[in-house]
Amino acid sequence: MPFKLTPQPFKAAIKEVEVGCGAKAIKLGGEKTFPFYAFDAEMPNAPKVGVEISDLGFENEVAGIKDFYGDVTNVVEMAKKAAAMEGADFVVLRLEGADPNGVNKSVDECAELAKAVADAIDAPLAIMGCKNDEKDGELLVKVSEVLEGKNAMILSAKEANYKTIGASAGMAYGQKVGAESAVDINLAKQLNVLLTQLGVKAESVVMNCGTAAAGYGYEYVASTLDRTKAAALGQNDDMLQMPIITPISTETFGVKEAIASEDDMPEWGSQETRAIDMEVVTAAACLASGSNAVILRHPASVATVSTMIKELM
Amino acid sequence: MALTGIQIFKLTPKKNCKECGSPTCMAFSMKVAQGAVTIDKCPHMSEEALAQLSEATAPPMKTITIGAGDEEHKLGGETVLFRHEKTLVSKNLYAVNLTAADDADAKLAAMTKVDYDRIGERMYVELVNVKYTGEGADAYAALVQKAAATGRTLVLECADADAAKAALAVCKDKGPVLNGANPSNYEAMSAIATEAGVALGVTADTLEALYDTVAALEKAGNKNLVLDVGTASIKDAFSKAVLIRRAALKDEDRTFGYPSIVNIGAIAAGKPELQAALAAVFTLKYGSILVMEDMSYAQALALYGLRQNIYTDPQKPMKVEPGIYPINGADENSVCVTTVDFALTYFVVSGELERSGVPCNLLISDAGGMSVLTAWAAGKLSAGTIAKFIEEHEIANKIKNRTLIIPGKVAVLKGEMEAKLPDWNIVVGTTEAVQLVKFMKDYK
Repeated sequence: MPFKLTPQPFKAAIKEVEVGCGAKAIKLGGEKTFPFYAFDAEMPNAPKVGVEISDLGFENEVAGIKDFYGDVTNVVEMAKKAAAMEGADFVVLRLEGADPNGVNKSVDECAELAKAVADAIDAPLAIMGCKNDEKDGELLVKVSEVLEGKNAMILSAKEANYKTIGASAGMAYGQKVGAESAVDINLAKQLNVLLTQLGVKAESVVMNCGTAAAGYGYEYVASTLDRTKAAALGQNDDMLQMPIITPISTETFGVKEAIASEDDMPEWGSQETRAIDMEVVTAAACLASGSNAVILRHPASVATVSTMIKELM
Repeated sequence: MALTGIQIFKLTPKKNCKECGSPTCMAFSMKVAQGAVTIDKCPHMSEEALAQLSEATAPPMKTITIGAGDEEHKLGGETVLFRHEKTLVSKNLYAVNLTAADDADAKLAAMTKVDYDRIGERMYVELVNVKYTGEGADAYAALVQKAAATGRTLVLECADADAAKAALAVCKDKGPVLNGANPSNYEAMSAIATEAGVALGVTADTLEALYDTVAALEKAGNKNLVLDVGTASIKDAFSKAVLIRRAALKDEDRTFGYPSIVNIGAIAAGKPELQAALAAVFTLKYGSILVMEDMSYAQALALYGLRQNIYTDPQKPMKVEPGIYPINGADENSVCVTTVDFALTYFVVSGELERSGVPCNLLISDAGGMSVLTAWAAGKLSAGTIAKFIEEHEIANKIKNRTLIIPGKVAVLKGEMEAKLPDWNIVVGTTEAVQLVKFMKDYK
């Protein structure tokens, strides 16, 4: 009996979520297949690549990133360059300066910057908080307010602060809410349930189901992504059908492979090449398991991952 | 088709002799149906029943063994498409591509430089893919010999019968793969591979043609195969890799139940970063042998870390060896920090300690590979286990500093530890690893 290819698309689909406005707006999700299974059915929307910039600038980054932003002196100009980066679909402004254990910028100062960035670029914008749940609870509420009408993605609401962020970003000001949970399908689902019970529309939620760099417990990430997509598509679980966004650079730029200097590890070779490889490998692995968007930092990584997506589509 | 327990039961002698280790024939049949035991555990099966059953209960994907001696590797043998469904068993292997146009010595020397240990696993390029480019049988055999001298197992990418014979003559004892069969030459190549006793790589432009070729090879008795997904395009290679594995495991079509070869170096030539990205994709989605143009340390660090994660058994946590791990150039006068041997905990904690820049000795005790709270709840992390570790590893002789920082989540152990380790100053650390940088800096 000869081999006959039978397409096996699922009946259920990932929800389609639009971010941004106008011609540059992007759509995440919408597919009825595992990632890049074009032989089952075309994915209506290719996975997207976001470029992460920090409100603290790029002083401490590797040479390739510094070179890319060159003589840019403020974050707004940096965002414009990021939006024009080859392969970039959206810009992610990370407000790490708000961290009370760090620079501790005020909520108003950060919100003002977010507004200035949003006004300066056409590309869709996502805002990342400072990872301090309490501060983010205030900060992202204010950011959602000043970005009204921009259809931005607010990263992220967690179990500890989903009420304030969900209510403001998702309900009052019409942004998209990132629902962040820690590498566990049940926690991811629970947070989606809580957000929708609060009144946020399911179509306004994207999930960040957690992340880890390759080699650092990545098996949990892979299995969480695989299981989430399997439940969303195979079992039509509508509380897991939100598209998935996975921040990569915030993890990979902190691991030993990316930060050890060449003096310490001469046999490992260029630190920058290591940082790029960690970033592209982790991002590619996440995309292969179902992330609908990844967030990267290095221009070479952004170009590589976006090329890979195009080739696989 | 897989048989149910009842169908298997009908073929058993129904004597309930218990010689197979199960209390009844019915219980045994159920275990066979689940794949928990193999049918040959029953000594009383008739030949006829065995033949019928071994066909039906054979694994959906064959395990192909390549290499020899210490360099023996297993490919395939998977039973599930995703690791969370059970576990993945045969990690993908990496090959570096070598042709007559390369400076062979330089390339092989660069390849052998990547060789290190990560959580008890040796990380290196296991294979060399020696590609025939029409240089003639003698020249090819000489190149193959050079590659074989590295001790690595070879993949001979060669569809030329004479060159293949010459190459096998110099390396067949080392269990190479002869990757050279296609729909037009498979009979001749299969004869060469069978005579040398090596696995045969098969390729074809379409999946239909590949399927027919494999079926013909199987009919001729060759079931020692590896399927090359070809180099038409990245998209085509990915589709073939997924469809072959899905046909074998989900649709139980054993004709496609073989491991795969993906030549990433050929579909992303000259782009090392894209090759790394694709290698990650094929690690998750069904590549068995991944051929790269080169393997730099930078690629290896990321890719081998990923592979090690994906191919861990979900039922067995990854553990690091108990012992003293000096961080940031710590010496015997540096402060001690302790946590459990769960690999993820170790990596996160050691990473944060490194970021703090404070020299310290990380003491890892045997906690059964569990996380801090789980180990504590299970009695694997207690004042007693830490005290025992300190005694057995003679920490007191090796380290002069007498301050020990314990995980904040087990702050409750402080009192008992002070009782068990009277000359130590026990300090309660942070509950989360991410707080360690600040904690260590302040502590210093």
